[in-house]
Amino acid sequence: MLNYIWFGLMAIALIVAIFTGNAAAVTKGAVDSAKTAVDISLGLVGIMTLWLGIMRVAEKSGLISLLGRALRPISRLLFPDIPPDHPAIGAVIMNIAANMLGLSNAATPLGIKAMEELQELNPNKETDSNAMVTFMTLNTAGIQIIPATIIAVLAASGSKNPTAIISTTLIATICGAIAAVTTARILQRFFPVEDVGPALSRPAPAESRSHVDEEAE
Amino acid sequence: MIRATLDAISLWAIPVLLVGIPLIGMMRRIKVYDVFIEGAKEGFQVAVRIIPFLVGILVAIGMFRASGAMDMLTNALRPMLSATRFPPEIFPLVILRTLSGSGSLALTTDIVKQFGPDSFIGRTAATIYGGSETTFYVLAVYFGAVGVKRTRHAIPSALVGDLVAAIVAVTVCTWMFA
Repeated sequence: MLNYIWFGLMAIALIVAIFTGNAAAVTKGAVDSAKTAVDISLGLVGIMTLWLGIMRVAEKSGLISLLGRALRPISRLLFPDIPPDHPAIGAVIMNIAANMLGLSNAATPLGIKAMEELQELNPNKETDSNAMVTFMTLNTAGIQIIPATIIAVLAASGSKNPTAIISTTLIATICGAIAAVTTARILQRFFPVEDVGPALSRPAPAESRSHVDEEAE
Repeated sequence: MIRATLDAISLWAIPVLLVGIPLIGMMRRIKVYDVFIEGAKEGFQVAVRIIPFLVGILVAIGMFRASGAMDMLTNALRPMLSATRFPPEIFPLVILRTLSGSGSLALTTDIVKQFGPDSFIGRTAATIYGGSETTFYVLAVYFGAVGVKRTRHAIPSALVGDLVAAIVAVTVCTWMFA
């Protein structure tokens, strides 16, 4: 899917550029975007290091599995394939909570952590599991209680009531999230996990994973 | 009241977590600093691992936007939209929202300036921006971080969610602000 979208976007860009004569703009678009992508990635290094460290402390303290157990009813509904005591559930919940509070700096590292935990349970490392798709759709839906960025834009543009959109945004984002998760649940049977043979992913550090077995019921 | 509480939570959440989590670790007799370092070591690799995925996606989207294909797509779909009650001024934003975070923020700001921050169109644009995430960025970062290449039904599911969010945004804003 991503192969077709990726190639399609670039091929369409080239064809359109032939007709509009925008070749220079397309070149600049490609070069600038490549730089932006690296800037974004490297910009994550500091905050990623910080949160992955803090998350490891939370994991070793048993906080993550506690959080997972506390929210078991919700996690069972959304992630039936993931054992409720698994650290994946705790990381998923931390990511969603950070998103809801608009803490995007914390949300991305926590989300990546959650994806890594979900990858542990995923038999085919190059293909996403149902749980990963559910988690991904919750993130692309962007559930946020206070959309701070856009409120700031409205306020800066001289709005008399910039927070009027909080309720409409919340309704839109919740409906979007429900629709995305439901669609994922319906579609999952039509996209069977291909058997790609032995997993090729990077090995997890053994000592940091041992507690998973200890905490299993 | 609710807003003040949420503001306070947003303000204090990170410092409280940064101290609170190690505090519980200390109480459980964990060598918090050693454990922190052990986890933090992975930070750099994770950030670097994302680079190829993000470069791939952002370059394709950057080329698509720069070529003018986006405007052509919007113009082509305009007649279809006029059959519905979907405001045509908003439509480019719906597409751009899934592709580019900075691009859609710039476009929203533009629409807000043009139609007024308290207008129906301005508020609808703000609701669409706030009510969704940059889907292709999120996909590239998260799947990139774990090296997933076959994404199965993730993209269609996410896009259905984005579309529903946009339709609901227009419907609710029409009801409340129009």
